[in-house]
Amino acid sequence: MAVSIKEMKNRPERLAPGHRACAGCTAPIVLKTAMKMTDKRLVGAIATGCMEVSTTIYPFNAWNISMIHSAFENAAATISGVEAAYRKLHADGRVPEENKFIAFAGDGGTYDIGLQSLSGAMERGHDMLFICYDNQAYMNTGIQRSSATPFGAHTNTAQAGSVKQGKEQHRKDLTAIMADHNVPYVAQASIHDINDFRRKVEKALEIKGAAFINILAPCHRGWRIPVEDGLESARLAVETCFWPLYEVTDGEYKVNYKPKEKLPVTEWIFPQGRFKHMKKPENAPLVEELQRHTDKKWQELLAKAGEK
Amino acid sequence: MAGVAVEDRKTALRVALTGNDAAAEAFRQVNPDIAAVFPITPQTELMHKFAEFVANGKVGTDLVNVESEHSALSAVVGASAAGARAITATSAAGFALMWEVVYIAAGLRLPIVMVVVNRAINAPLNIHCDHTDTMGARDSGWIQLFSENAQEAYDNTIQAFRIAEHSDVLLPVMVTFDGFIISHTQETLDLIEDEPVRRFVGEYRPEHYLLNAKEPIMVGPIDLPDWLFEHKRQNVEAGARSSGVILDVAKEFEKISGRSYGHIEAYRTEDAEIVAVALGSTAGTVKEAVDVAREAGRKVGAIKIRTYRPFPGNEIIDAMPKAKAVAVMDRSIAYGLGGGPVFHEVRSYAYERGMKVPMVSYVYGIGGRDISTDHVAAMFDEMAKVASTGEVGVRDRYINLRD
Repeated sequence: MAVSIKEMKNRPERLAPGHRACAGCTAPIVLKTAMKMTDKRLVGAIATGCMEVSTTIYPFNAWNISMIHSAFENAAATISGVEAAYRKLHADGRVPEENKFIAFAGDGGTYDIGLQSLSGAMERGHDMLFICYDNQAYMNTGIQRSSATPFGAHTNTAQAGSVKQGKEQHRKDLTAIMADHNVPYVAQASIHDINDFRRKVEKALEIKGAAFINILAPCHRGWRIPVEDGLESARLAVETCFWPLYEVTDGEYKVNYKPKEKLPVTEWIFPQGRFKHMKKPENAPLVEELQRHTDKKWQELLAKAGEK
Repeated sequence: MAGVAVEDRKTALRVALTGNDAAAEAFRQVNPDIAAVFPITPQTELMHKFAEFVANGKVGTDLVNVESEHSALSAVVGASAAGARAITATSAAGFALMWEVVYIAAGLRLPIVMVVVNRAINAPLNIHCDHTDTMGARDSGWIQLFSENAQEAYDNTIQAFRIAEHSDVLLPVMVTFDGFIISHTQETLDLIEDEPVRRFVGEYRPEHYLLNAKEPIMVGPIDLPDWLFEHKRQNVEAGARSSGVILDVAKEFEKISGRSYGHIEAYRTEDAEIVAVALGSTAGTVKEAVDVAREAGRKVGAIKIRTYRPFPGNEIIDAMPKAKAVAVMDRSIAYGLGGGPVFHEVRSYAYERGMKVPMVSYVYGIGGRDISTDHVAAMFDEMAKVASTGEVGVRDRYINLRD
């Protein structure tokens, strides 16, 4: 890794303190860390969501870079327009400085409502990095199910009650979908392993073309975990192989972390309030299903990486 | 902006083009930085032509081939906020899909120019002309210019940039023309040579933009009850200021084109006792019918609305001082209100001005239904009865519609 933590410390903060994200929120770490991985001029777009509404409350603004927020589903299309404008104005000499382009969105603005816009921008190959801070539900609007929500999790729109037991579908494997866009770089990261994330962002920003990073960034409000447990919960998602760390460079898969001893998914889900109904004996088959699916996806990933 | 020499008008070139090709030609001459492109009938051929210019190096614009109209306008919002001159074009359902971003473009005060080739909105599916698409956006904050023919499509498209980018305005401008009737019909029109057009439009020099290295800015923050209202009021003021700017730009445009434009065109209305108000291609049909009726000695006139937003209500009322009955023609329907939207707006200004003459709404041409001079002549006959009795009778009427 080219940029050391020490060097990062000396770089100016691109997300100023004083924003209004919840205490214990892991998403601002994503923004702050990512933006320090280049010393080039950076222009960003952000989807409507927690990070947008907590950092840009007019007349205050936590961003020390130029940012645009347009709507929920169009961060990718918006930054693609900015990047296209840059290419044109840079070629004409009207914007002489070198610029990099970054977009941030939550899982709702990426997996669901933003997927078409993201897919289009990736296919067109804009020189941009799109980072999804995945907290596995629509948290900004009050914890609703998204296609990133894991099987069995309770949310306000897929509740655990007397006849329903939370989400009835497995999560969408968005990172794989992005990798299948044949873009030069796609990676999956977790907020607990900041060095892995730093390396991935640095690589993504250095590569010419469209890049995508999906980072697990727990929301303690939505996951119903203690405020201070965000990073630990993310770590357990990785140790259980529910959320493997890997990257796909020019189509080549590489698994970045293999737990010495793969933990059962219960280690990750049982400390979380959103899965508390899964502890009931009658829901044991649901836990088994989540474990089965997790194992299957892990094996698939190892196979893609040629490790099986 | 420096004035352009009157002699330039001598360089006009007479050609036959469809409305789509005429608008594409205007875009080529303006040479925008970015164009977002997505197909929809009947706009599609406009961007075919423009892409042909791009492919052959006739224009320096970079195309962004998006995957939907929502992304088309989103990309154009991004490009415009970044500091580029950015355009797109659409119709009907595509325009409807853009809806969210239509408001965003105006709210962010981005001087985007978009052509909307008017077409009916689903359902049921219909690809032909009516004004349902753009009429729905009349409260979105965009400036809306309607065009009667390919010449006006061309002229309005060129002028739109000067209006949108004027520092007193900074609002997006929508240039509309009728699907198929104008977009696909070859007409004779006079083009202006490239150089005078480029001088007229000038370089785009935004004041605040994302790519300005000297000034990091936040575009589109969350704006809560303590500020949003004031910001929306600024949109109102900018729209009001655009009214004068549109006329100033038209005056300058006359110098390079020899063609004059106002917010409205009043046609033989000074002494007209019956006045028809229309917009789009139908205004031409109505003027033709006025000539025929005038030959028969009838005092009729027509008002064509060119600037639909901001609405030139006072100009419309001022242009019909002798009216005894007014027919307002709408190519869209104001469901639940009766008649069409233009009717209600004209009548509202008439009330404000104390003009007490009967007014009738004529809805016509929905989904591309034909309207001819005969239909307009029949409308004048009906209006003669309204004028003589002073009674509106049936207020909401339809033209060329089966019972």
